[in-house]
Formats: sequence, C-alpha cells, structure tokens
Amino acid sequence: MISRLLSGDGPRSRILAAMLVAIFVALALAPFLFPGMRPLDVAARICVFVLLVASYDLLLGYTGIVSFAHTMFFGIGGYGVAIALSKLEAGWGAIALGASAAVAVSLVLSFLIGLFSLRVKAIFFAMITLAVASFFAILASQLSNFTGGEDGITFKVPELLRSRIAAYYLVFGTALGLFLALLRAVNSPFGRVLLAIRENDFRTEALGYRTVIYRTIANCLAAVVATLAGALYALWLRYTGPNTTLDFGIMIDILLMVVIGGMGTMYGAVIGATIFVIAQNYLQDAMKAFSEAMKGVPLLPELFHPDRWLLWLGVLFVLSVYYFPFGIVGQLRSKARS
Amino acid sequence: MTPRADWIPPALLFAIALAGFALIRSPSTWVTLTVAGLAMGLLIFIMSSGLTLVFGLMDVMNFAHGLFIAVGAYVAASVMKFLSPSVDSESFLVNLGALAPAMLAAAAVAGLLGLFFERVIIRPVYGQHLKQILITTGGMIVAEQLIHVLWGPDLLPLPRPLTLRGSFLVGDMAIEKFRLVAVVLGLAIFAVMLILLNRTKIGLLIRAGVENKEMVEAMGYRVRRLFVAVFVAGSALAGLGGALWGMYQESVTVAIGANMMVLIFIVIIIGGLGSVGGCFIGALLVGLIANYVGYLSPKIALGSNILLMVIVLLWRPQGLYPMNKP
Repeated sequence: MISRLLSGDGPRSRILAAMLVAIFVALALAPFLFPGMRPLDVAARICVFVLLVASYDLLLGYTGIVSFAHTMFFGIGGYGVAIALSKLEAGWGAIALGASAAVAVSLVLSFLIGLFSLRVKAIFFAMITLAVASFFAILASQLSNFTGGEDGITFKVPELLRSRIAAYYLVFGTALGLFLALLRAVNSPFGRVLLAIRENDFRTEALGYRTVIYRTIANCLAAVVATLAGALYALWLRYTGPNTTLDFGIMIDILLMVVIGGMGTMYGAVIGATIFVIAQNYLQDAMKAFSEAMKGVPLLPELFHPDRWLLWLGVLFVLSVYYFPFGIVGQLRSKARS
Repeated sequence: MTPRADWIPPALLFAIALAGFALIRSPSTWVTLTVAGLAMGLLIFIMSSGLTLVFGLMDVMNFAHGLFIAVGAYVAASVMKFLSPSVDSESFLVNLGALAPAMLAAAAVAGLLGLFFERVIIRPVYGQHLKQILITTGGMIVAEQLIHVLWGPDLLPLPRPLTLRGSFLVGDMAIEKFRLVAVVLGLAIFAVMLILLNRTKIGLLIRAGVENKEMVEAMGYRVRRLFVAVFVAGSALAGLGGALWGMYQESVTVAIGANMMVLIFIVIIIGGLGSVGGCFIGALLVGLIANYVGYLSPKIALGSNILLMVIVLLWRPQGLYPMNKP
C-alpha cells in the first residue's frame, strides 16, 4: 500500500526513511504538536517549498535543464489567486478561476519558452529564462493597478480558510497530493525517458524519443506544479507581492534547497526544503547569539551577522555540488548500499 | 563563417539610429539620447566581451560574471573615497590622478579575483554545463555575501570627479561629460581589442581557438593557458566596466552585478555566443534602444531589450553573428 503510494520508489535508506517519517508526522500534526503562530507558519512554508522544490527537481535533477524562471511560475500562481480574490467576491469559485487562469498562463508561457530555447544547449535555456524572469518581475512591479506594484495585493479568503488550521490542512493536503503525483510522474516510463535525456540526450534521440517534446512536457509540468504551489502560498499568506514570489532571492533559495537536499531524488526536495526553511527561521537567532558572543574579535561578528546566513548556506551549496552531487539523500542512500 | 563580411547588423544599428531620429524629431534630444545610448552600449560591451570570448574558447559560461562588475565598482568607490581631495579638485589632471588609480585598481582586483575564480570554482567542472551553472551561481551567492561583509550592506556613493560632472552645452544640445568620457574610453578599448585580436599572434591563437580548439592544440599551443589569460582579462574588463558603470549611476549596491548580468546575457545572445563583433553590435543596439524607448514611451522601456532579443532570435536563431562550431 505504502509502496504503491510512493510509486515503488522508497527511501532506500533507514536513516532517510526515519527522517521522512519524522517530517511527515511533524507536518501532519503541526497545529497540535507545536502551538503558536510561528511554528505553524514555518510548517506551511515547508509544505509549499517542498512542492515548489520537487517541481524544480523534475527539471534540474531528472531532465538536466537549469531554469531561472521557476519563481516566475510560482508568482503567476500567487498573482492569479490574489487578483481573482481581490477583484471578485472572496469565494471558492474565485480561487478556482484564479488558479486555473494562472495555470493556463503558465502552460502557454512554459510551452513557448520551451519550444523557443530547449532545442539548443542547456546554457542557452538558463540564460533565456533568467532574462524572461527578470522581465516578468519588472512587469509585475510596473503594472501597479493590476498587480499592486511593489506593495503587492492583500486579499480576503473564503470563510472556511479564515481558520488557520483549515488553511494549513488545505496547504498540507494539496502539497502532499501533488508531491505524490510528481513521484508517480518521475517513476513512470515518461520519467525514465527524462532520466535518459539527462544522462545522454544524443543517445536518447537516437533511440527514437523526441527529446524536445519530452523536455517541453517536463518544463510545462514543472511550471504547472510551481503555479499551484504559488497559489497555495498566496492562500496561506493572504497576500501576494514581488518579494514573496518573484524575487530572484527565492530562485536562489530553490536552487540551494534542491542541491543540498539532493538532485534527482524527489525526497531531496523534502529534506532540502525542511532544513532550509527551518534554517531561514531559526538559524538567524543562533547566529545572532554567536555574533554577539564574538564581539571584539575582528571580522568574526560580521561573518556571523544574522543577515549573513545565506553566506554559509552558499558555501554548503558549492561544497555539495563538488562533493555530494546527489545531496543529503544521495549520501544516505549510498551509505545504506555499502 | 561566410567569407565576406556581413554588413546587415551594423546597417541595422544605423537604421535604428535614423528611426530614433525620425520618431524623436528634436535634434538636440536625439543627440543627447544617442550619446547616452552609445555610452551605455559601450560600457555594456566592455563588461560582456570577456564573457562571450570565454564561452567561445572553452564552452564555459560563468554565471558569476556580474560579481567582477560589482567588485570593480566597490573597489573604485573605496579608492575614490581614499583619494577624495583629488576627486573634488577643480583641475582635470588632478581628477585624473584619482580616476586612473580607481579604474586600474578595479581592473586589477577583478582580474586577480578572476584568476582565483577560474582555479577554484570553474576548473573542476570543465565540460559539465549543468554543474558550471550551479557552481558559478553558488560562487556568486557566496561572493555577494562576502561583499556585504567587507563593505557593509548599504548603498555606497561613487562620485564622479568634479570636472566630469555636468554637461557640455553645444548650441541647445546638452551632452553629459561623463558619457562622452565613457564613449571615448569604450571606443579606445574596443580598438585595442580589435588590434590585439586581429593583428597579434595571441589574437590569432584566440580566434583560432574559438573556431577549432582541438586543431590549435594539435599545433602545440596550450589553449588552456590562453583561456586562463582571456578569463582574467575578461574579469579585469568587467571590473573596469563596473567601476565606470558605478560612476555612471553615481552609487554602488551589490545588486549592480546581478542587474547587469541580465543585460549582458541579452547582449551576448543577440550577438551570437562567442562572437566579439556581435557582442559589440548587440551592446550598442541594446544601449540605443533602451534610451530611445525610454524617452518615447517609458512604460515599455523595460521590456524593449527582451523584445529586441526575441526579434533578433526569430530572425537569426543563433544570434547576429553565429559561430559555427564544428
């Protein structure tokens, strides 16, 4: 039963399995285990980012293409829901309309970008997506009567979602369902073709698979899931703005999460997002304490200043690309195998 | 490679300048905007030429190139602050005494950083595009944070030397002095590069290496060393460009590198990856169009570069001057 749910792609390492179960239980029972607003907020962020990072892993880890436009799709989802809920009556219909319009926009955009630039080298795709995403971020802050500009949009949600616990379980349930669906996708014959493209696209093409089509489908699928993650995030925050969705910093965060957790493993998204979001929220406190303790020592207080937490995660990122290309999950699995 | 020179892209440049004249209709405004566009374009060219050559030579794309720009600008800001009496002097020569060390220091520090970066970050991931993109992005994250540690997170002022502030007035045309300096410097650097690439043995080897690396290696030359040299020179130029760009904006933040990266990518995609001539034309196109459109309809100015890139790619999918790789 569990094996079916996980599409036959289990953790394959006891430690990893234990970690995943712990994360799952903690997230499933978050409102009851950790009272208070901040832990619940952290839990909801973890759910959203697990989904977002998993969809990015489909591109980076499974298909071997680097996109810098993933936050763009995340933002489209957020803005779709936000605009629908602020212009229409705050009901489920508006959410459905906003989300489906956002998914449609994302589909068209990702299809166009894919067709346009996936034929050529990975580097070209990365550059084009970087340019398009930065353009989109500027566009969102320029069209202020539509998107609220730099201030973003604050909106009302339907009656039921005003309870934080109900909203949390909507986020948790949807994220879990979509994550399992992604796991199903990468373990299907389609997913095998993506892996083949990652390993050797020339040979895959020679075997008779149209790599452009597979890459484009993967790109569209990842974009749609990212859009839905954006919609969930907006519903949780009851706010959408450039800083919560379109910022290039979030793109960097996604990269850090997927690489540290483990590329091409899906579970890496769970581990990476959990570690990262917790670090984001609690590491700064620890660094602040350390930085204050080190007062008087040259340079150390600046290096451990709470705002410099990204420095240490960046170092971890570079080291893991060199030494652990499959991240924490890959490390645990290879240990279990030996 | 076509045996004959391809004159359509330069002609396009003139066509756009003429179209700008037709649409703007006021000669003085047009001159101001054109000088601004050329200055911007040439600065972008200085910053991006190294990146496109490095890609042509070794198939390496450095996503942290913006880092050298930011470092150059910060170093220049520090030097200018240190020499602030000369910066505020009335005499042009004394000003030059601050400007020249600032620019040289910016180029030197960025070049050294490039040497380090090539060794530590890029060398282990040759030929692996995916890892290159990831690792250089990671290097960029770390370096940006280190800039915050060294220079603090706030915006740093980067004043222009006193005699280069303000504008020349020719009739009713106002031309900012600093832009003129940028145009002169940019053209000088382009000329030096052209001579170096077309009239010297090193240039010959670089061009041959871009065309066919294995063949040059088979002749007994070490393309690797050449590549390191080009990488360092490109980083130094990026640092120099960053210093000038910082003065152009009169302030420096760490975002200067990442913001320029987007423009630089657009420019080298338009030009054709690996082509210096294409990069030159692309940079001027981007600079001119950004200024014209910014004047004519500020609303769509920000999208004009992307639009330009899409149109160019629809016309020539490999960029203005495609490099035919064997």
